[in-house]
Amino acid sequence: MTGGTYLGMPAFPVAAREAVRDGVLRANLRRATHTIRDRRARAVAELADWDRLRAAGAAVKDHTLRHLDRYLLQLEEAVNAAGGTVHWAVDADEANRIVTEIVRATGEREVVKVKSMATQEIGLNEALEAAGIAAYETDLAELIVQLGHDRPSHILVPAIHRNRAEIRDIFRAEMGRWGRPAPDPLGDDPRELAEAARLHLREKFLHAKVAVSGANFMVAETGTMVVFESEGNGRMCLTLPETLISVVGIEKVVPTFRDLEIFLQTLPRSSTAERMNPYTTMWTGLGPSRGADGDGPSAFHLVLLDNGRTDTLADETGRQALRCIRCSACLNVCPVYERAGGHAYGSVYPGPIGAVLSPQLRGTDSDIDASLPFASTLCGACYEVCPVAIDIPEILVHLRERVAQGGPATRDGIRVRIRPAHGHAAERAAMRAARLLLDRPGALRAGERLLARARRLAPRRLPGPGRAWTDTRELPPVPAESFRDWWTRERGTGR
Amino acid sequence: MTSKDRILARIRRAVPQPPPGPDAPVAPQIPRDYLRVHGARTPRERVDLLAANLTEYRALVHRTDEDGLPLLLARLLAERGSRTVLVPPGLPPYWLSAADQTRVHDREASTPQELDRVDSVVTGCALAVAETGTVVLDGAPDQGRRRITLIPDHHVCVIRVPDQVVDSVPQALEGLDPARTLTWISGPSATSDIELDRVEGVHGPRTLEVVLVGAQ
Repeated sequence: MTGGTYLGMPAFPVAAREAVRDGVLRANLRRATHTIRDRRARAVAELADWDRLRAAGAAVKDHTLRHLDRYLLQLEEAVNAAGGTVHWAVDADEANRIVTEIVRATGEREVVKVKSMATQEIGLNEALEAAGIAAYETDLAELIVQLGHDRPSHILVPAIHRNRAEIRDIFRAEMGRWGRPAPDPLGDDPRELAEAARLHLREKFLHAKVAVSGANFMVAETGTMVVFESEGNGRMCLTLPETLISVVGIEKVVPTFRDLEIFLQTLPRSSTAERMNPYTTMWTGLGPSRGADGDGPSAFHLVLLDNGRTDTLADETGRQALRCIRCSACLNVCPVYERAGGHAYGSVYPGPIGAVLSPQLRGTDSDIDASLPFASTLCGACYEVCPVAIDIPEILVHLRERVAQGGPATRDGIRVRIRPAHGHAAERAAMRAARLLLDRPGALRAGERLLARARRLAPRRLPGPGRAWTDTRELPPVPAESFRDWWTRERGTGR
Repeated sequence: MTSKDRILARIRRAVPQPPPGPDAPVAPQIPRDYLRVHGARTPRERVDLLAANLTEYRALVHRTDEDGLPLLLARLLAERGSRTVLVPPGLPPYWLSAADQTRVHDREASTPQELDRVDSVVTGCALAVAETGTVVLDGAPDQGRRRITLIPDHHVCVIRVPDQVVDSVPQALEGLDPARTLTWISGPSATSDIELDRVEGVHGPRTLEVVLVGAQ
C-alpha cells in the first residue's frame, strides 16, 4: 500500500514542466486554491487585531526556538509526570525504529493514523510496512492518496490534485482491497464520497489497538498535546486505541497553555478559512485518571523528532522557517504552486514553505533540493498571508545564494562549507563581469553607448550560456539612450 | 551520547545561549497587545452570536428555559427516531425525565462496538465560545468519557446561558484546566478534502444539536 517515493526526484523545473501540461491538474488546482483563497481573506478580515496576533505568534515561536533546549526538557518532564513516555529521535531512521519497536511490543500488526506531516516526512508507513505492520491513513484526503498509490500534493489537503470524479474511481477500485468496499452504486457527490469513507473506516476505528498521530502544538509547562482536525478521525485515533504514539517535530513546542490563545485564532482561519475547525483535542499524558477510567489510551509515547531541524535552527536567516504551523495558506496564494502543483516540489512540504523547508531539512545536495529555492517568483504573497510572518522570499534569496555561491551550513550537527552547485557557473561569471563593469564608471558609459548604437542588432535570444535564460523570457529592448546620458542631458550636471 | 544529548547539544550550538547567572530568567518578550475580546456585548448579544456561529457551521440550535428542557430533549430524541440514548454518569436526572428512550449508561467496560449501536447521546459542557461557535467538553460527570460523544451519530449538547458562554478564545483558555482532556467542538464533523469544499458529516457525530438553556 506504499505511495510514491521522493528518492531521485527530478529538479523542480523538469517536474513543473510536466505538471503545467496537465490540463485536468491545473483546473483542479485553480478551482481549489481560488475557493480557499477568498474564504481565508474573509475569515481573517473578521479579526481587527490580525496583525497583532500574527506578530505575537511569530514572537512566541522565536522565543521558543531561542530557548528550545530548555522548553523540550520542561516538556519531557511534564509528559513523564502525566504518565507518558518521551523518546528522542535524531533522524528519520531512528524515529521509524522507535515507532516500529513500540508497535511490535504491543503484538499488533495494524495501526490507524491521524494525518501527520512529520510521519510523512520520515516515511513511517513504508518503514512499518517493511516490518510487516499495516498503517491505515484515516484522514479523507490521506485515504484518497493512500488508496490511489499516490503522493500528497498539499499540506492540508494532500489530494487537492484530484477532483471528485477521480476520487470516486479510486474508491470504487481500491476500497474493497483493504476493507469494506465502496457502496455500489457510488456517485461523485462529495457527500456520498465522505459517507463511503465513513463506512470504510468505521470498523478499523472500532477495532484499532494502536494509533499514530502528530501534533500541531505541545505545551512545555503542562505537557499538553494539541491536534486540530475536522473529520473526527483524529478523535477516533486519539480516543479509542489502547496505545497512542505521537511523532512530533521539536519545533512544535510552545511555552505556555496561554500561548494557544494565539494559534487557536490564527491556525483555523489561515488553514481551512474557518473561525474554528470542527474538532480540537488537547490531552496531557494519560489524562487526569492516568488512563484508569478508559477515557483514552492506557499508554502514550511521544517521539520528539529532529531530522534536520537543529541544522535549520543553526541558520540565522533560515531558522524562521521553523515557526511554520503548517496551515498551508502560502500554498493557496502562490502563483507557482497553483500552476505547477505539489508533486513538482519533490517533498511532503510543497509550495513556498516547502521551497524553504525541504532544502534546509534535507540539505541542497540533490538536484531537487538545489532547485527548490528557485521555484518562486519572489512575489511575496506567501509572506503576506503567513500567520507567523515567515519572510519566505528572504529565505529563498538566502538559499539561492548558498546554492549558487556556496557557503557555510550545518549538516547533521556539523558546520560544513557547501560548494557552489553545478549549473550556476555562467551566472557567477555574469555577476563577476557586472561587478567589474559597475566598479568602472567610464567603461560602463562606453559600453552603454556602444550598446545603444548597435541596438538594432540586439538579438531576441542571448547567445551562449545565456540562451537557457531566454528560453522562457523576452530579452528587454535596448533603449536609444542610457539613463546616465539622459540624466546628463536633462539635468546637465553630470561628470 | 544518547539521542537526547545529541539533539540538545545541537540546539545549544545552533542558538547563542544567554550567559548563565544565579537567576538567569528567560523573560519572554511576547507582545500581547492583541484583543481579549472582539467587541463589547451584552450577555444576550453574546448568546445570540454563539447561536449564529453554531448555526453557520450546521449545528442545530434550540432555546428553552429550565422548565422546558425535559420536553425539548424528549422531542429532539423522538424526532430523530432514537430508541436508545447514552447518559453520562452525572447528567442531571430531570433532563431526560420526559424522554422514553432506553437509557444506556456508559461503563468502563463498554466496547466501542456497543457504543456504536446507541442512537444518541445527551451531555452538558464545560463552556462555549461565542466568537467561534465552539463548545468545549472537559470530561466532567455531566459529559462523560470522550468516546460517548464521538461514536453515536447524534449528539445533543446542553449549554447553560449566559453563564457558560464566554466571548472569546483567550477567555475560554482562562476557564479551562489543561490537566483535563479537552475536546473543542465547532459544529458537526466536516471535511474540506474534496475540492476544498466543506461537507458536513464524516466520522464524528453527523448531527450536532445544541440546546441553550436559560431565561428566554
